Parts: sequence; structure tokens; C-alpha cells
Amino acid sequence: MSILINKDTKVICQGITGGAGTFHTRGCRDYGSQMVGGVTPGKGGQDVDGIPVFDTVMDAVESTGANATMIFVPAPFTADAILEAVDAGISTIAAITEGVPVLDMVRVYEIIQDTNSTLIGPNCPGLITPGECKIGIMPGYIHTPGTVGIMSRSGTLTYEAVWQTSNVGLGQSTCVGLGGDPIVGTSFIDLFKLYQADDDTEAIMMIGEIGGTAEEEAAAYVAEHVTKPVAAFIAGRTAPPGKRMGHAGAIISGGKGTAAEKIKALEEAGIEVAESPADMGAALQRAIANHSA
Amino acid sequence: MKIHEFQAKELFAQAGVAVLANRVVTTPEQAAAAFTELGGNIAVVKAQIHAGGRGKGTTKERPEQHGVQLVHSAEQAQEVAEALLGNTLVTIQTGPEGKLVNQLLVEEGCDIARELYLGIVLDRATKMPVMMCSTEGGMEIEKVAEETPELIFKEHFDPYFGLQGYQVRKLCSKLGITGSSIRSADKFMRTLCKLYVQLDCSLAEINPLVVTGGGDLIALDAKMSFDSNAIFRQHAIGNYRDLSEEEPTEIRAAEADLSYIKLDGNIACLVNGAGLAMSTMDIIKLHGGEPANFLDVGGGANKDQVTEAFRILLSDSNVKAVLVNIFGGIARCSTIAEAIVAASKEVGFEVPLVVRLEGTEVDEGRRILEESDVDIITATDLTDAATKVCAAISA
Repeated sequence: MSILINKDTKVICQGITGGAGTFHTRGCRDYGSQMVGGVTPGKGGQDVDGIPVFDTVMDAVESTGANATMIFVPAPFTADAILEAVDAGISTIAAITEGVPVLDMVRVYEIIQDTNSTLIGPNCPGLITPGECKIGIMPGYIHTPGTVGIMSRSGTLTYEAVWQTSNVGLGQSTCVGLGGDPIVGTSFIDLFKLYQADDDTEAIMMIGEIGGTAEEEAAAYVAEHVTKPVAAFIAGRTAPPGKRMGHAGAIISGGKGTAAEKIKALEEAGIEVAESPADMGAALQRAIANHSA
Repeated sequence: MKIHEFQAKELFAQAGVAVLANRVVTTPEQAAAAFTELGGNIAVVKAQIHAGGRGKGTTKERPEQHGVQLVHSAEQAQEVAEALLGNTLVTIQTGPEGKLVNQLLVEEGCDIARELYLGIVLDRATKMPVMMCSTEGGMEIEKVAEETPELIFKEHFDPYFGLQGYQVRKLCSKLGITGSSIRSADKFMRTLCKLYVQLDCSLAEINPLVVTGGGDLIALDAKMSFDSNAIFRQHAIGNYRDLSEEEPTEIRAAEADLSYIKLDGNIACLVNGAGLAMSTMDIIKLHGGEPANFLDVGGGANKDQVTEAFRILLSDSNVKAVLVNIFGGIARCSTIAEAIVAASKEVGFEVPLVVRLEGTEVDEGRRILEESDVDIITATDLTDAATKVCAAISA
């Protein structure tokens, strides 16, 4: 088992005929994902490497039975693309696009709450169940099938964590990049619920960063509801207040959202916090050892 | 994206949010004329820079001169303008280097009965915009939030329905706004919320918001910033951008599509991905070093962009060593390696260069570096990289 996606997941790409869409559709197909179609309005009937292109997500779902989508459409149209996927009944939506206006996401987030769709992102690397299905832009080869669930607000830092867990002999069940924006579709808490319920996930690694209070909320949730070993890392200890560290969401404002506050909340919840980004794999091993002790 | 107070007040006035009569000036003579035109016996001269704390802030050149001053005559307005224009204002938000004052706002005085606080931001926890008000106007709101959080009142609103009338009445009740002032507050608050949504703001803040002796609400100050992701549909706001307020190297980086923030340390870093870039700064600090910058070259960076990134890093004279940390995903190690070689030929690395490569096309990247004649300290992982770069500057 795994969470959200597995070998049976049928994936389409919205924005498949664009440069990034085509490139990563190939990458996912080569990894072994079932890429069953793509959507570009006005280009229905064409194909990309034999993968059929449709005008609408509804058409793609009817013809292919797709239940997941990877969105690469430009930022001004991303909210609309997400809502189209929701309307077509897609259950897992990964919005890779960076630069979506935050007020668009306020509206999308509100609508999506009343549906059965799960939105990952925007501004995220996507998600992967190693050896089964990759939906996104991460390098597939660093992953190893295994038992650690990894979730993160940052892309390359996730790769670092994946690499370190693979190196200490722990593979991954499913890795999810939540996205670096102030409002994203899925939170750490949403995924803690799924990882806790997943029999194949034996330990959980959470990678947060400065800004917002998502990590503090997750810590409170873990203390109450999560029985599996949990390790965490928070990026941005040394970031100065008021400066946006690349991600729109990574900013300390009004003295809130500092790494120190987050680390304190995590430690109080019994989570093993990695001191250094080089220590993520080791922190996870410590969390597992403490748990079985 | 930030704008000036006078620009925010222009937007307020256009939308129907009450502000006082004012003039923007760039010379002392204009300041004197503005005082006369406004016609009162008192006016306020306010330095226009992209930072708060101006009232308490003082100029480097003349420490007795504050960034916001009351004047009682045209002559006095001219004197104050002379003292501020062309000088550097240092406030708690500018850092010790301060900001150059190029423009002033001269504004008429008003009869202040009470000073309140009002701000609109996005509440990330509830994923909705929230209007926050407080009776403690004129104070630093962070301080109020920490010391007396019970004096801050909040109402969330749906961007598409806006702030509702009953929410305004609730806030009025808590703020002690009564009688005919409630009607003034209704127009003021609801118009401001509408403006926040219409213009894709990330912050709209008025501190202080005054209630006049006549019971009207007026924005005595105005601070707005905007979601830079939405500027594509806010052309008018894009035109308000003041490049002289921004760090020149940051503008240059933005033009090359690089995400760069200048910091005060001496170890430059070049990293792919925002999270990894922040973590690289963290691990440098853990090993006793000080990062000179945050730099995310992004996933799709080509050789030219990365070479430009090196130019920007090396233009900082504080830099004593460079750390390159790449975990290739979409970004390829080979591209980075080629850029290192190109930058070495063009600008030359006069300081130690530590390189850690991992991920996509790592073997090719390492081969390119080995075959070049660039002097490189190779690191195998994050800890190794941080240790070596910190050792390099103390050597």
C-alpha cells in the first residue's frame, strides 16, 4: 500500500503540449507511471508520443478513466485548471505551477473542501510512490521503495531527505511535496492522517520551513493522533524577518513563523527534530529507535 | 511588492477611503508651496521610503531630524524638507544603512479625537483574508499582539462577498465607535476590504486610523503591499514600483529569473531550490560561518543564468568564499559545472570555491569540473561542504 497514488493510478497532464508538460509527462511515463492522456484546450485529437490529447478534462476522464492529474498550465490559468479537474471528478490533483495569485487559491481552497478531490500544491514538485507511480518533477532514481512517508514544503530539500533515508537503508512509501505557497491544497495534518492509516508507512518525516503556522498545527495533531515515529526538519533558522526566502510562503512576518517557535512546538510533541539538514536520515533513525525502545 | 504611502493614499482616495488633502514634493520650495496651498496653520511632512518607523527614525546626516515632522509655516516646511531630502533615513525597519529620501508627502493637519489601528492580511491558518482592528493606534502592532492580544479584534471575510455590515458593527462595538461614526466606519472598512481583494493586496495597514472630533474615520497613514504573483493582472500597481527602493543586486537577479536576497555575511551560496537554499544558509551558520546571501537558481536555470548568478555573488566585496550546493532534479549538475567553468574564465574566483554536486547528471558534472583548471574544493555531502567552506575562510 501507499498513500494517494499507486501502480493502478491513471494519470493525465493538463498543459501536456507545453514545454514543461511534455518533458515531465515523458519523465513520468519513463518512470513507469500510467500516463493515459493529456489536456490542452484547442488541441484535442493530437497526441504527444502516442499519448492522446483532449480539449477538456471531462473528455479525458471519459475516454481513459483517469483518476489523477499533473497540472503545468501557466499561473494565470492554474486556478481554473484545478477547478476543471475537480469538476471532472479527478481524485488526486498535483498542481506543479509556480506563481499562482494567492487570492485565486483562497477561492479554490474553499471550493475543494466540499469535494472528494485532494489537491497537492500549487508550487510543488508533485508526489511519488517509489517503484509504482511518479506524478511530478522529482528525479525518480533517488527513491527506493520502502516504509518512510516523507512530506515537505520544499522540492530539493525533499530530494535531500529521500537521498539520506535511502542511504541509511530506509526506503519511502510515498513522498509528497506540499508546495511553498501561503495557501496549498493539502496540509501536513491531512497527510499525517493518511500516513497513520497506511499499513506500509512505518515512520514519517516532515520537512517544514519558516513562515505561517502549519508546522505548529501539525505538531499539536501528532501529539494527539499519531502513534508512528516522526522526525522533522525546519529550514530557515537563519533567515532574517521580512524577507521572502524564494517561496511566497517562506517569510517571517510580525515576529511569527520563526524556526525557533516551530522547533519548540515539534519537540514538545515528541518529534525528533534534525538539528542540521545533513541530519535528516539520522534523525529518522533515532525516532524509530526511540519508538521501539 | 511594496509601494509608497503617497501611492497607497492615491489608491485610497480613488476608491473612496477617506484620506487628508496632501501634496507630494521633491524640493524644499515645493514643500513651502504645498504648505501654502493646503491652507491650514499646521501640516505634517513625511519622508517617503519603503519602511516603517519613520516618525522615530532619524537621518544619518542630521540625527536631530526625524522622518515625520509637524510644521507650522511654509518656511518651516521648507526647512524640514531641506533637512530630509537627499539624506538617509534610518529606522528600525531599514537596517543601519538606512534609505535615501527622494520624496516627501506634505499633508494637512486634522482634529484627532482617537487613534486606532486597522490592518488587513491573509490568515494562512483559516485561508481567508482577515481585518484586524485595535484600540491601540499608533503603537507597534506586533507589540500589542504580544503584550495585550485581547485588544486586537479580528473579522475574517470571504473575498467574493466582502466584509459584511454586521461585522463592521461588531468591530465598532469593540472599538467603542458609536453614533454617526458607525456609518463612517461602515463605508471606510468595507471599501478597504473591497480594495484589498480588487488589487490583489498582501497587506493593507493603517496605523493610525483616526477618528476626528467630528466623528469621521480618516487614514492618517497608509501602507500597502501586493502579491507579486498577481502583478500580471494589476498593471496600474506594477507602474508604482520604485526601483530606487530595491537592492540593485536583487533587481539584477530578478531580471535573470534568480531568487536572490543579500545578507550581511561573507560566505556566498549558490543553491537550487528555496528550501535547500535556506538549509544551506542554516548549515553554514551551524558550522560557525555567516551566509552572504540567499540564492535559489531554480530548476530550469541555463548556463547563462547560473553564470550571471556567479557574477552577482562575486560583486559583493564582503564575500570571502563561495559554496555551491546542488541537488539536481530538473536542474542538471552538468549545467552548473559548465557555468562554474564559464564564470571562472570570465570573472575568476579569487576566493575559495567549495562545490557539492548530487542528483541529475552528477557524473557528467564532476567530470567537467575535474577536466577544467578551476581550483575547486570538492565536498561529498552537506556537512562536508559546510565544514570545508568555513575552514576555507578562517584559513
